[in-house]
Amino acid sequence: MNIATPPEKLSVKDYASDQEVRWCPGCGDYAIVRAMQKTMADIQAPPEKTVFISGIGCAARFPYYMATFGFHTIHGRAASVATGTKLANPDLDIWVISGDGDSLSIGGNHLMHVLRRNVNLQYILFNNEIYGLTKGQYSPTSKVGTKSPSTPLGSLDKPVSAALYALGCGARFVARGIDAQAKHLPEVFKRAHEHKGASFVEVFQNCIVYNDGVYDHFTAKNVAADKQIQVQHGLPLIFGSDANKGLRLKPGKIELDVVTINEDGVTEADILVHDETNKVLATLLAQMEAPNFPVAIGVLFCDPAETYETAVNDQLESQKRQNQNPSVNELIRSGATWTVD
Amino acid sequence: MMDGSAPLTVENSIREEVDDVVVRFAGDSGDGIQITGGQFTLTTALAGNDLSTFPDFPAEIRAPQGTTFGVSAFQIHFGSREIRTAGDAPDVLVALNPAALQVNVSDLNKGGLIIVDEGAFTDRNLKKAGYTTNPLEDNALDGFRLIAVDITKNTLEAVKEFGLSQKEAVRCKNMYSLGLVYWLYGRDREPTISWLNAKFGKRLEIANSNIAAVNAGHALGETIEASGETTSYTIAPAEIKPGLYRTITGIEAISYGLVAGANKAHLKMTFAGYPITPASAILHTLSKLKQFDIITFQAEDEIAAVCAALGGSYAGTIGVTASSGPGIALKTEAIGLAISVELPLVIINVQRAGPSTGMPTKTEQSDLNQAVFGRNADSPLVVISASTPSDNFEVAIESIRLATKYMTPVMLLTDGYLANASEPWKIPNVDEIAEFPVKFLNNSDNFSPTTRDPKTLARNWPIPGTPNLEHRIGGIEKSYDTGNISYDSSNHQKMTDVRKNKIDGIANDIPLQEITRGDKKGDIAVVGWGSTFGPITRAVQKVRSNGHNVSHIHIRHIWPLPRNLETVLNEFKVIIVVEMNTGQLITLLRSQFLIDAKGLNKVSGQPFKVSEIEADILKAVKGLIP
Repeated sequence: MNIATPPEKLSVKDYASDQEVRWCPGCGDYAIVRAMQKTMADIQAPPEKTVFISGIGCAARFPYYMATFGFHTIHGRAASVATGTKLANPDLDIWVISGDGDSLSIGGNHLMHVLRRNVNLQYILFNNEIYGLTKGQYSPTSKVGTKSPSTPLGSLDKPVSAALYALGCGARFVARGIDAQAKHLPEVFKRAHEHKGASFVEVFQNCIVYNDGVYDHFTAKNVAADKQIQVQHGLPLIFGSDANKGLRLKPGKIELDVVTINEDGVTEADILVHDETNKVLATLLAQMEAPNFPVAIGVLFCDPAETYETAVNDQLESQKRQNQNPSVNELIRSGATWTVD
Repeated sequence: MMDGSAPLTVENSIREEVDDVVVRFAGDSGDGIQITGGQFTLTTALAGNDLSTFPDFPAEIRAPQGTTFGVSAFQIHFGSREIRTAGDAPDVLVALNPAALQVNVSDLNKGGLIIVDEGAFTDRNLKKAGYTTNPLEDNALDGFRLIAVDITKNTLEAVKEFGLSQKEAVRCKNMYSLGLVYWLYGRDREPTISWLNAKFGKRLEIANSNIAAVNAGHALGETIEASGETTSYTIAPAEIKPGLYRTITGIEAISYGLVAGANKAHLKMTFAGYPITPASAILHTLSKLKQFDIITFQAEDEIAAVCAALGGSYAGTIGVTASSGPGIALKTEAIGLAISVELPLVIINVQRAGPSTGMPTKTEQSDLNQAVFGRNADSPLVVISASTPSDNFEVAIESIRLATKYMTPVMLLTDGYLANASEPWKIPNVDEIAEFPVKFLNNSDNFSPTTRDPKTLARNWPIPGTPNLEHRIGGIEKSYDTGNISYDSSNHQKMTDVRKNKIDGIANDIPLQEITRGDKKGDIAVVGWGSTFGPITRAVQKVRSNGHNVSHIHIRHIWPLPRNLETVLNEFKVIIVVEMNTGQLITLLRSQFLIDAKGLNKVSGQPFKVSEIEADILKAVKGLIP
């Protein structure tokens, strides 16, 4: 007789590995790893089934600090390794950890395909708008004019928006979080985890050494309320320190407008209600930028569909049902054969 | 040349008996030449001849009709003796248009037979093929025997009762020419008729038209025969070891070998590939075999394919990827990762002519250096090569065995010729092949992901999903003892050494090098690897029959090399290394053994001819005479 002993509840600490963390002091990554360890404890993730897979970059060191399975792979390819791992064992719970260079430069192709295929995993992109590990070159998300060792006169190429890219690739879950938001970030991670399919999360992460303060214009305490909007499904898109600003569609246009409630005849009823299943709205929210708009944080889009590994394994299982106990000997004897006496 | 000429009576007619024949079918790339060749192969195998085939087709799917670069060809060499190559030169050429004649006629043996579709020799087609005058009407084909028939017209006539469109009806002309060649060699039409019925069962009019075309072609042969214009032939069955046979292409053999290998390892397979000629067909074949617990994945690029395969190995399946030279180049970094994290992985390289895109449908064996040396840093892996189409089966099994036993990537080198060529295969009983079941680690006592088997030096294989074995791996150098990140200098030395020693030690687990043909000691050793097997062994056989002391040594294990190879080679005065590259194995042998080997090299996109190797051996023989 088996007597099941109730499993011990795992704490945040239980998800931290014994490895010395080697990020720069003050790096936003510390906050993200803590948020992740808290997420793990909140969902009581089974460590043996949890796998962190990363590419190359500062963010990619992440798996070493989690007391789960981890695979630190090569630059840009974490999504591909993760796809193979998930196909081979769909029971594993996979988190891909990546950065803006890893995901949007060298690995842009693989990010596209893991999202469009809808492989059931969480893809966390730490966006610090810089190449940290190689000492500060501008990245594909750096703003035009970024001065860096490789662009001493300022960068010239236009940045890509991670969230818009993900939506364009067909991601069914797109969310945003901020490294230092210790309460909010685990909630975003939990939503990503709940969603079945490829869940894409962009985390705005501060690089204290090479790009310090790049997000201060919307993350600093004194401006956060007015420059961020925390979106929540079913709630009106209201923000501001006085909670009196909101988003609505410009009359006659598919374009957002920031308005103030109780000014110019605007009432709360005019404010858009967030519908995370609406891709057009998600796109409009994702493209909002300072200074004219607040930056949208939270779950911008969530619209589940069948996951890739489920479909792949369904095909495999159906073939197995139709051809039970296949024999290699029979296989190599199929087709035209003849006997020589 | 056709050997022997004893007349004998078959089916009430006089047929000349020959020992072996080379037939080449050639036509436009849309003419169904490969199908014709495939049918002739099957029928010839069923008639009990030994055989070897060589399909040779253009890279363009449908090159402009009638052009020389759109010519597709299929050569078959068959006989009553052991057949090792697709034949140096055709005895019979079937040319379905002027371009096919133009491209192939110079290869034909003197006195050879040419069968042409006279109806295709229009002014327009002649011009497209670069003829200024019609070769059927001037003396261009003097010295050959010619059967000029309006195959197109005769085919249309034969199939008209079935009501096909003109386009569909013309397509049957390959079957007409097949029927004619069947007559020429007294072949049974029945296997092709059954095949047509099975293939076009749903469109009876197409099946019936093709059958009518085969029959009409055959009937034409009988008519010519009655008129005494042409001789027909017979070829006695070869002496072939008793057993159950089939024909098999290299692609089929690799695919089935992978299935068998995964089965012997008791593993699921994760096969990830990206379309590339000529490797894609492995993905196609395995995609139809999911019932064997094979996940097939068409990735977004070559890099994703190898990474997904590695991800599959990480999860506890055997990861396999296949490509050709340029694709392998893209996979290189991930292969390095597999070496660093010591996970099993099988990488198949169906080599083709290069560099860069090169000639995708033409064969070469010029990726040996890439396989053995083509990675950053000291990054050894196992390299193993297939020598005949069916040999790919065994080599694929061996690749999985070595990859899983030693936790290492294995590169399997095959090539475009081996992939597409076919040969009769005595079907093995897979139950007789030894199993090598994989054991995943499940014991967490003193666990470290880098704990090694003291004998093989392979690390253990703990897979995600196993409680208490949570650990991290990656491409950063890791501690020999704990597997944690380590930048310690002496540790890197130790890890580099253990990676090297592990692969070197595999030499003790692979067969000793044997003499493929000939004596263990002698004047000349002809050394080869891969698809040069056929022509080398035939050439050595021929020079030996003339009394020369020459042996053939064919190497399967390219890295590590067999542990006795140096001793074996030292028993010969002259060593000739035959390769379809500018000298890659020879460099390896010279550097490893300090031997003064001579190279015979060819990179024309075509396999070696027996006569080329024979001539080189004879030259070396002369050099030995004081």
